[in-house]
Order: sequence, then C-alpha cells, then structure tokens
Amino acid sequence: MNRWTTLAGAVALCAACSPAFATVNIFACLPEWAALATELGGNKVSVYQASNALQDPHRIEARPSLVARMRSADLAICTGAELEIGWLPVLLQTAGNQKVQPGQPGFIAAAEFVDRLEVPKRLDRAEGDIHPAGNPHIQLDPHNIAKVGLVLTQRLEQIDAANAAYYESRSKDFQGRWSQAISRWEKDAAPLKGLRVVPYHKDSVYLIKWLGMVEVMNVEPKPGIPPSAGHLSELVGRLKGGAADVIVHSAYQDPKAATSLAEKTNLPVVELPYTVGGTPGAKDLFGLFDDSIARLKAVKK
Amino acid sequence: MFRKVTLAAAVGAAFLAPVAAIGADDAQVQTIRDEIKNLQEGYETRIRQLEQRLEQTEQRPAATPEAAAAPAQSAPASPNAFNPAISLILDGTYTNTQRDPSTYRIGGFVPGGTESGPGFVGPGPRSFNLGESELDISSNIDPYFTGFFNLALEPSNTVSIEEAYLQNTGYLPGVTVKTGRFFSGFGYLNEIHAHAWDFVDLPLVYQAFFGGQLNEDGIQARWLAPTPMFVEFGVETGRGANFPGTDRNKNGVNSGMIFAHLGDDVGISNSYRIGASYRVTHAQDRTYDDENAVGAPVTNAVTGDSKMWGLDFVWKWSPNGNPVDRNFKFQAEYMHRVEDGSLAFDTAGANVSGDYRSSQSGWYMQGAYQFMPRWRVGLRYEELNSGNQDIGLVNSGALTAADFPLLAANDPKRSTAMIDFSPSEFSRFRLQFAHDQARFSETDNQIFLQYIMSLGTHGAHKF
Repeated sequence: MNRWTTLAGAVALCAACSPAFATVNIFACLPEWAALATELGGNKVSVYQASNALQDPHRIEARPSLVARMRSADLAICTGAELEIGWLPVLLQTAGNQKVQPGQPGFIAAAEFVDRLEVPKRLDRAEGDIHPAGNPHIQLDPHNIAKVGLVLTQRLEQIDAANAAYYESRSKDFQGRWSQAISRWEKDAAPLKGLRVVPYHKDSVYLIKWLGMVEVMNVEPKPGIPPSAGHLSELVGRLKGGAADVIVHSAYQDPKAATSLAEKTNLPVVELPYTVGGTPGAKDLFGLFDDSIARLKAVKK
Repeated sequence: MFRKVTLAAAVGAAFLAPVAAIGADDAQVQTIRDEIKNLQEGYETRIRQLEQRLEQTEQRPAATPEAAAAPAQSAPASPNAFNPAISLILDGTYTNTQRDPSTYRIGGFVPGGTESGPGFVGPGPRSFNLGESELDISSNIDPYFTGFFNLALEPSNTVSIEEAYLQNTGYLPGVTVKTGRFFSGFGYLNEIHAHAWDFVDLPLVYQAFFGGQLNEDGIQARWLAPTPMFVEFGVETGRGANFPGTDRNKNGVNSGMIFAHLGDDVGISNSYRIGASYRVTHAQDRTYDDENAVGAPVTNAVTGDSKMWGLDFVWKWSPNGNPVDRNFKFQAEYMHRVEDGSLAFDTAGANVSGDYRSSQSGWYMQGAYQFMPRWRVGLRYEELNSGNQDIGLVNSGALTAADFPLLAANDPKRSTAMIDFSPSEFSRFRLQFAHDQARFSETDNQIFLQYIMSLGTHGAHKF
C-alpha cells in the first residue's frame, strides 16, 4: 500500500511538473477579480472578465458566451456569498467543466476567505434581497483584496506547479506594493473619518467601515427594491436637518434617484467606481482606491 | 477522485513491471527507491508549505477588529444544514373569455395533451383560478451528481411530477448528462418553467404539437465545444409516452432527438442563441374525440410515426449589458411536424381504418420590453398552418371529409399583448389580452390577470 501511495505521489508530481499549461485560463466573474488575477498571474495566465463595472453584479445574464468561456476555464474566481446566485449556478451546471466546480482547487469564492460584514441575524425576504452569508461587496476593503490575493496565488501554484516560483515572486511583489498603498490610503483618507454617507445600495459598507465613515441610511428602502417617489420624499424630510454629509452611488447604478435626492436636500452627490473600470480613474486595483478616496475627499472640503 | 486513483493505479502498474523485470540488480532498485523517496519528500514538503500558508491566511487577524464578529464564519451546527434548496411558486389567474373555454379547439389539428397540467391546451377555466403551484427541490447529491425535483400541484388537487432527474456535468469534458424525467430540450421555451414565461400561456404551436410542454422519461446528453463561441450538441432518447407519442408497452425506447445550439455576444449590449432540433417518436392507437358527419360523438385513433423539426431564436438586449433598468428580449420559434401512418375511425363502432399523412407547421414570435425598473410590456403574434392532411378513408370514398370535422383545413392565429409589474425579484403581476382565432371561424377575446410569487431560494434562470 505504501509503495502504491508513493508511486501515486510520484506520478501526481510528474503530472504537475510537466509544462501542462501554456497559460492558465481564468474566468473572473467580476472586474476586481479579473484585475487581481492579472496582477498575480502576469503572462502565465489568460484572464476572461465576465462582467464590466457598469453592470449590476447581482443581475448578469447567464449568456451563452459566458457558458462557453466557463467550459474552458482552469480556474474560476467569483465573489460568492450569493452575489452571483442569479447567474453563476447556470454557468457551472451547464459548462461541463469539473475543474471549476465548488470544492475543486479551480474554484474560488472570494467571500469565504474574508470576514464578512452584515451577516443577517434574521433571514426574511421581507427585508429585501439580503444575502444569508453577509454583505458580499467585499472588494472595497483593500485588506480583503490582499487576503483573496494570497488564496489566488496558492491556487495558481497548485494548478500550475511548474510556474510556482513565478507566482510566488509576483505575489511577494504585489503584496508589498499593496500594503504600502494601504498605509498611504489610510493616511490620505484620515480626514474622511466620521463622514456621514448615504449610499444608494448597501454596496460600500466595506469602504465605509475601513475608512471609519458612517452609513446613515440607504436610498433604497430595502436592498434590491428601487425607491418610490414617496420613499424619496420621506428621505428628503429625514435628511434636511443635516443628518448626512454626502449621497453616494456606484457607477453601475442609475444616478437618477441619488441625484434628485441630492438636489432636494442640497447635499453633494458622489459617483464611486465600485470596481475596476467604474470611473476613468479606476484603471486598476490601485486606481480603484485612489479614485474612490479622491472623489470622497473632493466633497469633504 | 475515482479517475485519479485509476490513473495512478494504471501508471503505477506500468512503473512496477520494469522494476520487477530488472529484479536481480539490487543497486538499481536501490537507486530507484532513493529517487522515489526524494520525490515523495519534495512532494510532502511542498504540501506542508502550502498548508502552512493557508493556515496563516486564515488566521491573519481582520483589518478592523470589529469586523471579525461575523458569526456565519463558523460552521453551521444545525442537522438540517444539508437540506436541499427548496422553492415554491404560487401562481393564480383571473380569466375572462368571450367563448366557453370547454369548446376550445385548435381547429385543423389532431388534439392531444390535457386541459390542465404544464402549459395546458386552451385558456383554462373562467373566473378566479388557482394556477399551478410549483415545488422545486434541488441539491448536490455528492461530488458527482446534482438532483432536481419539481412537483406541480394542480388546482384540481392532483399532483404531477414535471421534472425529477439527476445530472452530472463535466465527468467527460464539456459533457452534461441527465436522466430521469425532464423537460425535453426541443426548441427554446420547452425547457423553461411556467413561472419564467413572458406570457400567461404557451404559444399555440406548443399546444398543438406537444399538447403543452413536452416532458420525457429518458436520458439526455449534451456536449459543449471548447470554443469561445457557444456551440452545443445534444441527443435525447426515452419512453416517448407523451403526446404526440404514446406509451407502447415495449422494451427499448420510443423517441429519439438531436439538437444543436449556437450563441454569442454581439458587442456588450446584445447576445443571442439559435437552435435547431429534430425529434422522432411513434404513436400507437393515439385516440382523440371528434364528431361524425351527423354530429354524433366518435373516438378516432392515429397510429404512425411522428417526425418533427424546429428552429428557435432568442435575442436579448440591454444597455451596456446591464438589464436592471431597461432590457429587451425577442424570441421566435418555428416547428414543422409530419405524421405518417393510419387513422382509425370510430374505434368503438364502425372501427374502419385507412392511411393517414399530415404535414403541419406553426410559428410564433414575441418581444418583451422592460422600459423602466419593474415594468415590462410584451407582444406576441403566432400562426399555425394545418397543411395537407391525407385521409385514406376519405380519398377512397368510404367516408367523407365531414366525418372528420376537426381535421378540416384551418389557419389558426393569435395576437397577444401583456404588461407586467414586478414589485421585487420574487413577485410579479401581469395583465394579458389575447385575440384568439384558433377555433374554426370563431374569434375569442381573452383577458387574464395573473400573479406569480416565488418563495424560498430561487435559482438562477437560463438565458
């Protein structure tokens, strides 16, 4: 038995040590994970980004083109925590690709590796479209990006062992630059501490928490429920007394409700990129945070 | 895992054979042992390193100490944690029809299917109606199989199993296999559950050719090509017991089908899928009710092969691929059916039989436009062509065409308009108006009010 195990191990190692991968095909559900995969995989990976920053991540269509791309993926990286529940399961069930099924090294649900906020104590659809595993918009805390980056590097090394050293050195380089950037952002954003914000949807709680800002309320009455005219006028009443400093919405959301609320309350409104590509400044992961902070600081003055 | 073990065993055996052959040369054996030992050690070190790194990742303290409080990170302790996902659809209509629904016939077509059940034929009873309540249960069974179960509870207090199948995806690359009872892969709309339709009822072509929605007890395999474009081929076979086939009480299978799908994006805002299907089944004494030339009720029966082919097309648009505020969906299907065999007249009385051949077709096209969040409007237009029906008993002069009034030539048409409002992703109200000319020379105006509510986990929808 022992000899068999040894042989199996040797065979597994040889299978891994052969240059099986020209490039590792990565299917990234969302732009932030595509950007991270590009940072960490360099020229050893080919990244397919399944959605863009102007699309609501909850509501992507399970299009035939996405199924086709999932079919050839060696690794799929998504947020999980039910953010992609409306489309990812269809891709996984119809693509005929065992490598990217949950539980395989080729599937990463990023939210599993970070501490999630707003895990509901009471699960009830009367609360709107809530996620049982907590708020899934985890990418707006840069510490989460670092954690997911470590997991991604480890999986890349496991899948494409021949290039493990390459991934290791890219990871070291990225993590170094990233932790420097975090220190810079935290210093830079110090004046934002205590800023009272009214986001359209509950999709910036990680940013708010990280920078010590305060979420006063949301424009949506419940997550996923668009605000009615009646609800907006009620919000105007609640915000008139100076209860908040700024109204924010993400690039993928229709700005109408946030803008009209801002006009009626004389509060500034800020569009945040939400993810890579959401604004011209958010060109990559570094730009995402540079630009988010700069946009918030612009109204603070 | 199973495959890995098999592979390891096979390669292991190949390794062992030469080792045994060398046998006598102890030094060589020792060298090989050493090499293997080195390999093993390297391998174990590597795993240890990876494990350590993962542990470090997991133990790293949270960025902000308060954030670490998320309780869901611990494993759920409940023994029910492995319960499958359950969802329930509540559906109901208020129906107003100009003509008596019990006289509804798609004139010119041999009737089939039921007047209730998934996508029944006709507008259904008048006034308030409980629609079909749908109970879905699904779960991964183990690392290899996923199970899906769908129970339809009819307002008449009967229960039917619409779908109950197990599925494996990817055991062979690109291959998805399902077996059990499932909605056939014919066309586009057939696989879609009633709660996800854009109109209250099925297009006439489904009602005429399948008697509703076609489900099959059988097996289906699909293969997805490893190309950036979506290219899929499928085969399906089974008992073929449902209209237009019949249960034949024989071994083997009674239906066979092949289908292919192609799909892609056009820019960021558009995507499409086109499909083609071909299905063959056999009917044995498939009875239907009609009247003879003097208006007395008779039961006739069709026996023969039923061959059908179809084309389907669906196109979706949303600005920049974001369907939240506005989106548009267009779909169209064409089907053609040829039945070839014999037709028996008045099986309970005269019971005479002659040749029968029909070649019939139909199509629909529809669009649904969400012009603002929550609100959609839709239009559907459809036509059927009863085509040529060759009835041997009439050709020979034994009977007259008046003895088969339901098979007289007819071109059914229907125009439908709907508007629906969805307070949330889980609820929808719909108002639908239809101008229905399916009967011979009679028009029926139909109004429906419908609600569709979705309770519990609600799975993703197909394209």
